[in-house]
Amino acid sequence: MRSVFGSTFGLVIAALLMGATHSAAATDTPNPAADAKAFQKFFADKFPKVKFEDFVNGPYSMDAGLYKQWKEKEEFPPYEFALDMGKELFAKPFKNGKTFADCFPNKGIGIRQNYPYFDEKQGKVVTLELAVNQCLESNGEKPYSYTKDEMAAVTAYMAFTSRGKPFDIKIPNDPRALEAYENGKKYFYTRRGQLNFSCASCHVQSPGERIRAEVLAPALGILNAMPIYRSEWGGMGTTSRRFTSCNSQVRGVPLKPQDDEYRDLEYYLSYVSNGLPISGPGARP
Amino acid sequence: MRTFILALTAILLTGAAMPAFAASTEADFKTAYAAAEAANNEAGKLRNQWTTTVSALAAAKKAAEAGDFDKAVAASKHAEELAKASIHQTLEQKDGWKQMDIR
Repeated sequence: MRSVFGSTFGLVIAALLMGATHSAAATDTPNPAADAKAFQKFFADKFPKVKFEDFVNGPYSMDAGLYKQWKEKEEFPPYEFALDMGKELFAKPFKNGKTFADCFPNKGIGIRQNYPYFDEKQGKVVTLELAVNQCLESNGEKPYSYTKDEMAAVTAYMAFTSRGKPFDIKIPNDPRALEAYENGKKYFYTRRGQLNFSCASCHVQSPGERIRAEVLAPALGILNAMPIYRSEWGGMGTTSRRFTSCNSQVRGVPLKPQDDEYRDLEYYLSYVSNGLPISGPGARP
Repeated sequence: MRTFILALTAILLTGAAMPAFAASTEADFKTAYAAAEAANNEAGKLRNQWTTTVSALAAAKKAAEAGDFDKAVAASKHAEELAKASIHQTLEQKDGWKQMDIR
């Protein structure tokens, strides 16, 4: 009797292990559409009371008190100065007479939701920030610092012209694009730094919970409000600023802004948030 | 009894005559620092250096500049441990990241 039970138990364990291995093998085949569906379902199940479009509000969708404060702040949003500056910079001619409008589709208006995209000619992911600096450099202008100031201002303005438009990130039928997406996904889930955190440690495992005094935002829709005015920073910051500061916070030496890993990470995070509206520029605690 | 006292005296004198724990030298520091730096460079190639490794290396250099080679060697060894831990983390996470993947 004991030997029958023992062997049956062993068979059950073996079957479970084989099933787990099979699932792991199955998910090793890249499937971004399935990833996005699973990602969005995960957060919808975890936070059934949060409307889909409200995930773009980050911590404000997680905490009623914070939401109320944020709504009051939106009457005089702290990113307004950056927005005004961004509008001016966007329209100001370069030394050669051209402007940012000459670099972008639709003259740069209402296009933020399409970034990042995989540029098949360059063979890499192009983010909005990278595109802004490529525009400047191709017109003989000095590139902006990626983390704040003019870059935050110009991308704030471009995001503002896309408010309400849903993220529409594409992965073309190009193995390099798929590889970039997969690299971004891997980066998101990889633990790093002495604190051994991955992006997912905070934004998948613990959204709505506190890390010190801050309420953690869900990863779904986390880039929709970029760039942001962060009270913690006392100023504006871009996606580049957020990625590099996150690395430092887990005691990892940050890479350079717009390094491959960061652009691929932005590609992944934006793709899995497809369908969610652009809400930038934003304000955060 | 007399033999015992003589033996005990001999042991105590021998102990007293033994040199105190040897202080670290500049050469010891250079060796330890080079090992730590090499490990941190390896971590850099893997794109996962820790800020605390960098701080420990800086502390080691500062102590050496002040002539405190004991402290400098200790900090260098600590830096090397941190760098090796960051390498181990990267290698483990090569497949370990999948544990967190939403499927």
